[in-house]
Amino acid sequence: MTASPILEVNDLQVEFATRRQSLVAVRDVSFALGAGKTLALVGESGSGKSVTSLAIMGLLPTAGRVTRGTIAFQRGSGETVDLATLSQPAMRHIRGAEIAMIFQEPMSSLNPLFTVGDQIGEMLMLHSNLSSVARRAKVLEMLDLVEIPAAASRMSAYPHELSGGMRQRVMIALALICRPLLLIADEPTTALDVTIQAQILELMRRLQRELGMSILFITHDLGVVAEIADEVAVMYAGEVVERAPTRPLYAHPRHPYTQGLIASIPRPGRAPGERLVPIHGTVPPPSAMPPGCAFAPRCPHAGPECEAPVALTEAAPGQLARCVKLRELAAHA
Amino acid sequence: MAAASALAEEPGFTRALLARRSVLAALCVFLLILAAVLLATWIAPADPAAMAVRQRLSPPGTGYLLGSDPYGRDVFSRLLFAGRVSLTVGAGVAMIASVGGILIGLVAGYFPRLDAPASRIIDAMMAFPDILLAIALVAILGGSIANVIIALSIVYTPRIARTVRASTLVIRELPYVEAARALGSSTPFILIQHILRNILSPIIVQATFIFAYAMLAEAGLSFLGVGIDPSTPSWGTMINEGRQYVDQAPFLIFFPGIAIAASVLCLQLIGDGLRDALDPRIARQL
Repeated sequence: MTASPILEVNDLQVEFATRRQSLVAVRDVSFALGAGKTLALVGESGSGKSVTSLAIMGLLPTAGRVTRGTIAFQRGSGETVDLATLSQPAMRHIRGAEIAMIFQEPMSSLNPLFTVGDQIGEMLMLHSNLSSVARRAKVLEMLDLVEIPAAASRMSAYPHELSGGMRQRVMIALALICRPLLLIADEPTTALDVTIQAQILELMRRLQRELGMSILFITHDLGVVAEIADEVAVMYAGEVVERAPTRPLYAHPRHPYTQGLIASIPRPGRAPGERLVPIHGTVPPPSAMPPGCAFAPRCPHAGPECEAPVALTEAAPGQLARCVKLRELAAHA
Repeated sequence: MAAASALAEEPGFTRALLARRSVLAALCVFLLILAAVLLATWIAPADPAAMAVRQRLSPPGTGYLLGSDPYGRDVFSRLLFAGRVSLTVGAGVAMIASVGGILIGLVAGYFPRLDAPASRIIDAMMAFPDILLAIALVAILGGSIANVIIALSIVYTPRIARTVRASTLVIRELPYVEAARALGSSTPFILIQHILRNILSPIIVQATFIFAYAMLAEAGLSFLGVGIDPSTPSWGTMINEGRQYVDQAPFLIFFPGIAIAASVLCLQLIGDGLRDALDPRIARQL
C-alpha cells in the first residue's frame, strides 16, 4: 500500500511560541500517503489535524514552526523534498501546482470581487504560461469536470451568485486546475448540507480516479471518512493515536479513543430512548498535557501504567495504536 | 491607479454608478464646477486681481455678477480662479495621502512584525492637532501651493493608513486570502489583488473626506497667514477676507462658502456612488 508514498510525514512536531512558553501543538505525527490513495486525518477541534495540514503546506502562522521531523514529498519531477525545511519561494512553486488545498468555508474561500472564471484562470497565470484563450478553454474544461451546469455562462458569475455546493465545486476546480499530485481537503464538506456533501464526496472520488491524485482528507466526521478514505489516522491532542486501513478501523477499533468515537455515532435501529455513548471530559489544553497517554484522563480503561509515555505499536497487522493496554483491551473484546 | 484599472475592466460599472440619480446629479455638478474652474481664463468676466476701489462691496447683480470685494475686485472671477487652488490642494492631498496611506497601511496590516512600529508612528502623528502639525510643516517647508499640499498630505496620510490597516487586518484573515496562499500566490500579488481590491471602497470614501478636509484645512492655513501666498486667491482665503465685512456684504463669504459646500457634497455623493458601484453585490441590484 505504501510502496511509493507521495507524502511521508515522519515524527513531525510543531510548536507555537507564546510570550512566556512554547506549546507543542503536534507531536510525533507520522504517516505515509501512497500515490492515488486517500488518507483521512480524523480528530476533534484542537487535535492538531489542521496544524498538521498547514505544516505540510508551509503555511503555519508566524508563531508556529516545525521543531522536529520531516515531511517528505515526492515532486512531479521524481525528486523528493523535505517540505519542513523548504524555502518559501520554492514552496510557492509547489503550492497550487503540486499540492493544492480546499477549505471548509466555500462561502468565503473565493474573492468576492472576481468572477469565477477569473479566479480559476488566475491559477493558470501563476503556474503556467498559457495564453488567455488557452486558459479560458482549460477553465471551461475544469468547470465541466466538476459538473457545474452551464459552465460557459458561470464563468462570468461572481461567487455570491452561486450556492454553497456550487462554490465548493468552484473551489475544487480552482485547486485541481493545475493537476496537483496531492490535494489537501480541510473539512471540505462540513459547511454543506448532507445531500450536497454526498455529491461533493462522489465528485472528489471520481476526480481522484480520473486525475490519479492523492488526497489528504481532514475531517471530524467519521461518516465521511468511511465514504472516502483508504486509510485513517486518528488524532487526539496533537498525536496520532491510531492508524489503520479504513475497514479494519471501523470493524475493530483498537485505541479506546477510536472506540469511543465509533461508539458515539448514532446508529439507525437504535432502540427508542437509548442514549448515545459520549466520551466524557474535554481535550487537555496543550499547556497541561498529561505526562503519559494524553487520553488517559478520559479513558474508561486508564490505569497507573498509562502515566508513562507510549509509542505507536502494532495492534493487528497493518493497524497501529498508541496504548499500553492494547493486549488487555483485545482480550476484553 | 489600481482603482482606475479596476473601473475600466468592470463592464456594468458605469451603468451601476450612474443608476442612482443623486450620484448622477453630483457628478454633473462637480464636472460643471471643474469645467468652470479649468476654463476660468476664458469664462471670467474680469481680471481677478483688477481693483476698482470706487465699486468696492457692490452687491451681486449691480454690474458684478456676484458682487465685488473690499478692493472692488470681481467676486465671480476670483471665485473661478480661487477654485483652481482649492481643488488642486484637495485633489493633490487626497491622492498623495491615499498612496502613502495605502503603502503604510498595507504593510502594517499584513506583516505582524511591522505592525507595532508602524502603528506607533501613525498614533504619534495623529496625536498632533491637524492644523498645528500642518502649520509646523508649512513653517519648515515655506508657503507655496506645493508645500501646502505636501504638509497636508503628511497630516492626512495617517488617517488613510489607519483605515487601510484596519481593513487589511480583517481581509488578511479571510479564507480566500489563506486559499490564495495555499494555491501559490505571491505576497505582492495577494496584497494587490486580494487585499487592496477588497478594501478600495473604504479608501475611496476616506479619500473623498480627505479631499474635503484638505480644502478646509488649506483655508484655515491661509487665514492664519501660514498657507498659500494671499495674492493667490483660494476659496478659503476669500471667506476669511470677507469675514470682516459680514454685516455689510454677506455675499462675500456666501459664494465661496457655497462653492466649498457644493464641491464637498458632490465629492461625498460621488464617493458613496463609487463605493456601491465597486461592490458587485450591490451593483448588480441597481
